[in-house]
Formats: sequence, structure tokens, C-alpha cells
Amino acid sequence: MSPRLRTFAGFGITALLLFAVAPLVLGDFRLGLLAKYLCFAIVAVGIGLAWGRGGMLALGQGVFFGLGGYAMAMHLKLADAGPGELPDFMTLYGQLDALPWWWAPFANPVFALLATVLLPMLVALLLGLLIFRRRVRGAYFAILSQALAAAFAILLIGQQGTTGGTNGLTDIQGFFGYDLNDPVNRRMIYFIIATALLLMLLAAWQLMRSRYGELLVAVRDAEERVRFLGYDPANVKLVAYVVAAGMAGLAGALFVPAVGIISPALIGVVPSIEFVIGVAVGGRASLAGPAIGAIAVAWAKTALSERVPSAWTYFEGLLFVLPIVFLPGGIASLVRLRRRRTAEAPAAPALEKVPS
Amino acid sequence: MTGLSVRDLRVVFDGFVALDGVDLEVPEGDVRFVIGPNGAGKTTMIDAITGLVKATGHVGFDGQDLLGRKVHRIARLGIGRTFQTAAVFEELTVLQNLDIAAGWGRRAVSLLRARRGVPPEVGKALETVRLSAVRDQPAGTLAHGQKQWLEIGMLLVQDARLLLLDEPVAGMSHDERDATGELLGVLSRDRTVLVIEHDMDFLRRYARTVTVMHAGKVLSEGSVAEVQADPRVQEVYLGRGAS
Repeated sequence: MSPRLRTFAGFGITALLLFAVAPLVLGDFRLGLLAKYLCFAIVAVGIGLAWGRGGMLALGQGVFFGLGGYAMAMHLKLADAGPGELPDFMTLYGQLDALPWWWAPFANPVFALLATVLLPMLVALLLGLLIFRRRVRGAYFAILSQALAAAFAILLIGQQGTTGGTNGLTDIQGFFGYDLNDPVNRRMIYFIIATALLLMLLAAWQLMRSRYGELLVAVRDAEERVRFLGYDPANVKLVAYVVAAGMAGLAGALFVPAVGIISPALIGVVPSIEFVIGVAVGGRASLAGPAIGAIAVAWAKTALSERVPSAWTYFEGLLFVLPIVFLPGGIASLVRLRRRRTAEAPAAPALEKVPS
Repeated sequence: MTGLSVRDLRVVFDGFVALDGVDLEVPEGDVRFVIGPNGAGKTTMIDAITGLVKATGHVGFDGQDLLGRKVHRIARLGIGRTFQTAAVFEELTVLQNLDIAAGWGRRAVSLLRARRGVPPEVGKALETVRLSAVRDQPAGTLAHGQKQWLEIGMLLVQDARLLLLDEPVAGMSHDERDATGELLGVLSRDRTVLVIEHDMDFLRRYARTVTVMHAGKVLSEGSVAEVQADPRVQEVYLGRGAS
């Protein structure tokens, strides 16, 4: 099979699994869980681009996931409350008698929807300009992005009156007029999320096969060399980082109607690391690997936590260490290995070592 | 004047003077070899010209002032270089390597599309550096000499008008050296070439002019014969083996 045909077959099978098999096989509860995992998969597609292809170990994607999630949740809370009313938690804590100014625009559905994606991208653009222009990279970039996730969660916790603090924005009832307690509508949310994942995979596929994708790999492997060819690597990395942030924001926005809550615990350091673990397990430099890994790890977390709740943390640590030491290409590299054995084809740009 | 003009170039690392007032004029179309003992400052001079290390003095090329510009801005002015250990993108194919080198001026739309076919300048460079047969191989699988040629090919598609080659034939076989020497002749037809080299035999055969550096300064300059006849050069460099 030619690579092109294989790609189309891959997309076809994925679509079939997501749109036909899963809704038929899974009950409402499990399908709801899958919807949540698919949101993580969307984040993972972005991390695959930034980390796998761009060498940027983005350990703070929770920030962008959270920006998208809060933007969506703020709108849904306002819509739940009705025109002119305050969201329930604001009146509950009794500190506010008027809507904070920065909440007001989110009453507009168009603004809120655009903000779920554009706000994370804008923040990533500003951060990226500072970070990449100063040539911060490798472990320093990872630590910095992790610190940002911690800072963002702490900031949200501190603003109890306007962000719901530790609780976050909870108990979301409706989604643009649809009642989220109705199983049919929850199913619709699942289909929206599955469509989004497929579109993001398509976008990542096009970026990876484009000239830009080749350039990104070149920057990952030899950033200094690229300068001597007339490119500014900061700009090349910035594009991947901003795209990854947009995907994380979209995922956060879709997570809210799927799960009904967004809170600091869902976007801080630990979830940010879990995003990356999924990508590492799946294979960061491949197209489908990060998404598959994210779903597998999220599924394993649920399955293990249902049986032995205390064991998950240790298992999670192992999941991060083992693939990086023994299987740097992740699950995806197993497929590639088999393929190479059957036909001696030149490998796609893969990653065999952890970027320094 | 056209060509490369270096005046009073000084580079100091933490108090150590690596370049101590270098003056160098390389006219357009010249093939200039720069030789000198280890630590003479040859590579540092290329680093300074290409913006990799901070330097004072004056460096001009085709009327443009180079010092103080960023590395990628200097590259865009038509200055290209290779490295002692070939620096190619090992996981990308030869074709992809060359295509990237051709591309800093591409517009965003063309960057977001996949490459279709072989751009003409890339095809020409593949022929010139004799890598057409391996164009779909990952660059990491190439032989050492082929990697050096690939780097030179990248300079060609980059449309560099000043080529700074840092020991291009180090570690090459005899045949590869001959091929590289011929390549230098082809390159210099419409470009200025500056080569750092240790191989005296290679220098005698392919250099048009020679600059000898010693301890961060230019010691001697001229044709191969003139330089070899210079007693100061024999003392610090050639005298130890070649004369």
C-alpha cells in the first residue's frame, strides 16, 4: 500500500471506529468517558506536534486547556443563569452584586466560542515570543511551562468569588440551548468531540507533511544549523507552539459540556504531566501515536482507579519512565518496526532520543 | 569593492584574544585558502563573519556591513558556511535537506503545502554535488564525504555568494578530495570561496590565493608559491613538514 493510501485508510478506519463502532458498542456512561478521553487526545495531537516534531517538551498544556475550558464554562454558566442574572456560585458566596467586567463579554456566544481557541493561542504567542526569542529550550523550557501551569492553577484558586476557586465552575446544565442531562444531547456532544479530533488529526497531518513540517523537524534536530540557512528558529517553533495551544484550548472547551465541570485540579501540574505521558506512551513523533496513547492512558487510569485506587500514581510514573527508556518511539514505533520488517521502506522522520 | 572585506577584526573570549586585528580582502570569484596552526583563529574568523561570535572591527560583503547582525540575517545576505563536522539534518532525506536550504524566502502558504516534485534549483544542486542517486535517502545514512557535499549543495540552493568552507576535505578519501577540488572550481565561477584547510597537497592543487594565520593575526598572504617562499611561514607552519 502506498503511504498516501495508507493515510486515507487510517483516517477512514478511525472515523468508522469513532462514529459507528463506539456509539454502538458502548453504553451511555462509557461513551461519556470516551468523550472525555477524546478531549485529552486532542491535547495530545498538539503536544505531538510541539514536542514530537518541534522538540518542545510542553509540560504546561493545562494552561491552554484551562483557558479554553474556563472560556466555555463561563459562557455556559452565564447562559444557565439567564440574562441579567449572576452565576449561582457568585451569589452563593455572596461577595458580588454585579458581574465582573471580564465576565461580561463571555455572555456573547460568538465571543466565547472564539475565545476558547484564540485566547490560548494569543497567550501562547506572547509567551512563545518571550521564551523562544531568548533561546530558552530543552529542560528549561519544560520547567518554565510546568511552572506556568502551577501558577495558573494557583491564580484560579485564589479568586474564589469570580472563578469558583478550588471548586471551579461546576454543575453546568445546558449547552447552547441543549439540556446536558438528556442522554441524546450527551451523545451529540460525543459526536462533536469525535469530529473535532478527526479535524485536528487532519490539520496535524497536513502540517507534518508540509514543508513547514520538514522545517520543524530540522529545527528540532539542529536548531543552530537552521539559522545559517536564513531562518529564525524562534518563529518556526512559535507556530507549532501556538497551534498546540489552540488545540489544547479547543479540547478544554469541549471537555466542559462532556464532563460538566472545569476546575484548577483539571488543568494544573498533574493533568499537564498526564497529557505528556499519553503522548510519550503513544509515540510523540507520529501522527496517531499521541492520540492513541492519550486515550490508552486515560482509559488505564479509569480502569485501574476503579479497582486499585492507590496504585495509579505509581503506575503513571512507570508509564512515563518505561517508554522513554525502552521504547522512545512509543506504541507507534511498534507498528513502524513491523512495517519495516515486511518492506524495507525508508522511515518517516522519527525520534530516537530525548531532546536535550 | 565587491567580495569579502575584513578590517581589524578582533574577537576576545573571556580575556583570551582569539583574533587580534585580522585584515583580509577576498575579491569576487577568488578561491582563497586560509591555513595556519591549530588555534590560529581560522574557524573563529568564520564564526565572526557569520555572526556566531561577537567581534569588533569591520566585515563587509558586497557593500553590506555584516558585524552586529543576527546569524539568520547575515545568511540572508548571501553568506553561507559549512562546519568541520558536517551538520546536516540527519533524519531528513537529501532532497528535504536541500529543499529547506532553498526556502527562507518562501511565503507562508507555500510552507504549509507539501513539496511536489523537485524544485529546479534543488535538482541542479543535486547534479552539481553528485547526490542525485541518493536523494531520497536520509542524510544520516550518507558517507562522510557525501555529507560534506550535501552541505555544499545546501549553500548552492541557498544561493550563497560567499561560501565559507571549514575543512571540507578532512577525512575524505583521495578520490573524494579530487571531486571536491573540482567542485570548488565550479563553485567559484560566480561565487567567492574561502576555504579553511590543513591538507597541503589539496591546497597546492586547488588554491588560487592563500592567507596564512598565526596566533590570531594574518602572517602572510599571496599565491601558493609566494606563501611557501615566505620564511616566516616556513618557520611557524610549513617548515615543520612541507618544505
